[in-house]
Amino acid sequence: MDRRGTIEKHDPFEIEQQEWKRRQSKERYKQLLTIVSPIFLLLLWEVLSRTGMIDTRFFPPPSAIIGTLFDMVANGSLVKHVGVSLYRIFVGFLAGVIPGVIIGLLMGLYSPIRHLMQPIVMALMPIPTLALLPMIIILFGIGDLSKVVTIAGSVFFPVVINTAAGVMNIDQIYLDVANNYGAGKLQFFYKIALPGALPVMLEGIQMGQAIALLTIVAAEMMGATSGIGYLIWTSYKAFLLQEMYVGLILISFFGYLFSVLLRGFQKKLLPWR
Amino acid sequence: MKGKIAIEHLTKAFYKKQGSVTALDDISMTINEGEFVCIVGPSGCGKTTLLRILAGLEQPSVGEFNIATDHEDRPLQSMVFQERGVIPWLTVEENVAFGLKMRRLPKKLIEERTKYYLEKTGLEKFSKLYPRELSGGMKQRVSIARAFANDPEILLMDEPFAALDEQNKFILQEELLSIWSETKKTVLFITHSIDEALLLSDRILLMSSQPGKIIKEIKVTTPRPRTIEDIRKDPDMAQQFIEVWKHLQREVQQSREQKA
Repeated sequence: MDRRGTIEKHDPFEIEQQEWKRRQSKERYKQLLTIVSPIFLLLLWEVLSRTGMIDTRFFPPPSAIIGTLFDMVANGSLVKHVGVSLYRIFVGFLAGVIPGVIIGLLMGLYSPIRHLMQPIVMALMPIPTLALLPMIIILFGIGDLSKVVTIAGSVFFPVVINTAAGVMNIDQIYLDVANNYGAGKLQFFYKIALPGALPVMLEGIQMGQAIALLTIVAAEMMGATSGIGYLIWTSYKAFLLQEMYVGLILISFFGYLFSVLLRGFQKKLLPWR
Repeated sequence: MKGKIAIEHLTKAFYKKQGSVTALDDISMTINEGEFVCIVGPSGCGKTTLLRILAGLEQPSVGEFNIATDHEDRPLQSMVFQERGVIPWLTVEENVAFGLKMRRLPKKLIEERTKYYLEKTGLEKFSKLYPRELSGGMKQRVSIARAFANDPEILLMDEPFAALDEQNKFILQEELLSIWSETKKTVLFITHSIDEALLLSDRILLMSSQPGKIIKEIKVTTPRPRTIEDIRKDPDMAQQFIEVWKHLQREVQQSREQKA
């Protein structure tokens, strides 16, 4: 922009203010786009489905799916499935995260433990827990326990690896500071190792959360009698596609919700970032 | 006189498969109580290694050192690290109190001393902030306050101002002198800046590289309190600057020729 002609006529702050306003409206425009895109997709789907451009048997209009959702909430069947799945996710998540954090910290802090555990972790990690599902069902039955074990097994690996990496990537200079100022073992752990490892560790937990949702659905498709995954699978087999879509929407919703919750938690825990 | 810091025949070698390095070669020196000593040398001359040995962060290969203790309950030494040495997940206040907390001193004493040095360094307004929100100069004030608050027998400083811009450097140097003049702690300060050494120290030790040796000792007699202007105006100081520079120049050139 050529501003030479404006030197005498305008206050520089006024010009900068206009510039600022322009940037603000650009920001709002971007925010609008992020809201518009899913709404647009849903609208398109609705219209195509209602006008018969796509097969309503496979793609029922979103409004009908929402209707089914309300029906299922009203007759209580949904609450049961969701409750069961959330319980399994929650317990399985904790059962994976807690040992993951503890073993990860030990691996990060003590190199003998690291060298001992690393080959085992590396060898087991590539095996999808879902491939072990038949074995897990044989060992733990078709109840909640087998689902919890499956989720815990999938969540454990990203958490353990990120926690160990988090400890090992703490800058040497902070270790020197702790040493120089006479930190004891416990103080070192609480003041340096744990907070220093926390950012990378929380990334691992965030990953674990996403994996837990992926896992629960698959785990409930095999050898289960309830849960969101069971709902999706049986609805599909009975060709109740509206019910199936309700299950998919719920997974998407909870994935988003957990992500947001964990991000908030992360912000609380890391005020220094 | 035995001296506050006595270093005797200290040698540190680093063993590597492709050629070992002698970082410190038979270093002996005595630093007196309350003395401010700067070690000046080109980078890679082993001056940081010497400081790290005194700080207990590394072991000497041969030789020993002794730091005389006046008070049983004082820590032997505290180090002012380079700029990254401030811990990012602790607030300014927690950083300054770090050494005191590690030693599990009574809460009240920790509070008092932390507050005192926060005020001394002009950090009281920033006490609840995290280091991320501070400028480089402010971070170094935290590092200095942390070391002084710990009230050690001696202070070790590892190029604490190397990363600062020149104006901030001058300001912090004078602030350091003013805090130091109150406590009269024995300080061993490492730098590659001749100006900095002339301003701060009672005595300058020049170090050569590979092997790291003390090659010359220069007494700085300019009366205190000193300011950067005094140093720049004083013709004797200019003379001393040139003297130091000539020595260092020879050193740097020699090591270049060796490498070539």
